[in-house]
Amino acid sequence: MLNQILDVKGLETRFRTDEGIVHAVNGVSFTVDEGETIGIVGESGCGKSVTMLSVLRLIPTPPGMIAGGTAEFYGQDLLKLQEEEMRHIRGAQISMIFQDPMTSLNPVLTIGKQLTEPMLLHLNMTQEKADEKAAELLEMVGISGASERLKDYPHQFSGGMRQRVMIAMALSCNPKVLIADEPTTALDVTIQAQFIDLVKRLQKNLGMAIIWITHDLGVIAGLAKRMMVMYGGSFIEEADVKELYANPQHPYTIGLLGSLPRLDGKHSERLVSIDGLPPVLYEPPTSCPFAPRCEFVIDKCLKENPILEEFSPKHRVACWVDISTGRSR
Amino acid sequence: MSTETLLHVENLKKHFPIYKGVIRRQVGAVHAVDGVGFDIYKGETLGLVGESGCGKSTTGRTILRLYKPTAGKIIYDGVDLASLSEREMRKMRRKIQIIFQDPYASLNPRKTVADIVGEPLVVHKLAKGKEIQERVTELLSLVGLNPAFANRYPHEFSGGQRQRIGIARALALQPDLVICDEPISALDVSIQAQVINLLEDLQEEFGLTYLFIAHDLSMVRHISDRVAVMYLGVIVELAEREELYERPLHPYSQALLSAVPIPDPVAEENRKRILLEGDVPSPINPPSGCRFHTRCPIAESICSEERPEWREVKPKHFVACHLVEA
Repeated sequence: MLNQILDVKGLETRFRTDEGIVHAVNGVSFTVDEGETIGIVGESGCGKSVTMLSVLRLIPTPPGMIAGGTAEFYGQDLLKLQEEEMRHIRGAQISMIFQDPMTSLNPVLTIGKQLTEPMLLHLNMTQEKADEKAAELLEMVGISGASERLKDYPHQFSGGMRQRVMIAMALSCNPKVLIADEPTTALDVTIQAQFIDLVKRLQKNLGMAIIWITHDLGVIAGLAKRMMVMYGGSFIEEADVKELYANPQHPYTIGLLGSLPRLDGKHSERLVSIDGLPPVLYEPPTSCPFAPRCEFVIDKCLKENPILEEFSPKHRVACWVDISTGRSR
Repeated sequence: MSTETLLHVENLKKHFPIYKGVIRRQVGAVHAVDGVGFDIYKGETLGLVGESGCGKSTTGRTILRLYKPTAGKIIYDGVDLASLSEREMRKMRRKIQIIFQDPYASLNPRKTVADIVGEPLVVHKLAKGKEIQERVTELLSLVGLNPAFANRYPHEFSGGQRQRIGIARALALQPDLVICDEPISALDVSIQAQVINLLEDLQEEFGLTYLFIAHDLSMVRHISDRVAVMYLGVIVELAEREELYERPLHPYSQALLSAVPIPDPVAEENRKRILLEGDVPSPINPPSGCRFHTRCPIAESICSEERPEWREVKPKHFVACHLVEA
């Protein structure tokens, strides 16, 4: 049994907007073991990024607010820490890379300056030592002529290279957890393949756990061991990747998998489409958020919001309907 | 699908000049499209795939003369579109329409949906007054939008709904050929399927021909009859869908296809990826000879010296590579 390092329970995050309070994350729970890769999959606005930003306490407050739950990292609740203490964890123990490598680097600072900053701050390195380590890191992520390139600015790097710089920076202090928020969405497929290959190699060598957030069910299939599907601010299904793709139980997961055409040509002539739109929750959900789009919907779905319940060992689903019979479980 | 050619493109080039200095002297050009040729058959969907910056969208827009071609021929119905005047071209656009990538930027925010969808009819003087209204109602129901929303503005609609408005506008003139320029890449997965199914239904109903430009290779396989692969301004391979996806011949097509993740963990486990080195070179100074030789895993000396010929190596399977055997 591996050590559990992150244990999130009942996380709730809300945003105050002109239209009302948006309930972005509604009671999300999950755990992360040492060195494992988990995937969080969902469409835009489902709350997958907000969940991880909440754990790292990067939600702008106001308008955002973490309304409930705990997020224990080695037994210490991150949500209760002082900002000063949190700063020692962020970037050092848990680090994050973002979707857009164009905007997440500072355009007026050299790569070297940005790459050494976390090491100077968290590891108390001297500038020289940090420069040396920075060059090593660039080398490690496959950027050649590293010591020269430290003097370059972000605009002198291509999109794929910038994302490599981002991961070098995220790994500079040997974090225990790397949160990757759609890091390949802005990249072309051949560059995406290079990047995923790099991340897998780095994980093998450094052994950090990875939480990979994406909307791309293809990327997760080849990367994660365990995954969660998110919809309307809640996890609606959770299982090992193989189990989930082979045997999806939630109507949303089924629809999502059916709506994807496959490169290897397996699958039907017509794509399964899910009618309607994802919800924006101005009220805490009292019914299943997927009910308006669901073809299996029964009365109970409109009266009570289902929570994750065990379907088979290590496979949990939040749905009132047994899809094999179309009736209540 | 027939084999009657609807559109024939030959050696099409589009170079964007780069100016520098006080007197705006031209110092170079972006070779966005550099000698592209293909046929589109009546009633088919031709997929045009490639990574960002390979010139696929520029190709689509140049066919419609939204950009003036630098060289080459675009033969539609016996007429060379490249040689037409603006006024003559405008008439031709009744037959060729386009759906744009970004449903947020391609609809005028200050016009109502009725104005947007009805405008082509006004411009081409095909309908007046009440007729326009009737036609708009018809078009909106056709694309699955409630005609009661005709007086709303684009910002009141979601991305998928806006793309439907764009489709209704493109269909207003009853075109033969619709250029779909990444019509789904700005949409969420579950919404993408809705729009693709709509495009397929419309094709069946009206016998439309599509040029489907996209970077999502799985979706292109799903919707296309034939597929062309572009790299840095040139087409490197063209074949029927099954043939191209099952037996790609060009090393770039092979690498590109191997890089696409499959949403199936079992299939993913057994896949071999061909990882390309480095990035796509700049189209300002494209590599000599074969454009792909700088990243090609099997390149030989001839590849950097001579531009490979466009050859039909198997029936209906075209490749531009020195090293592919017939």
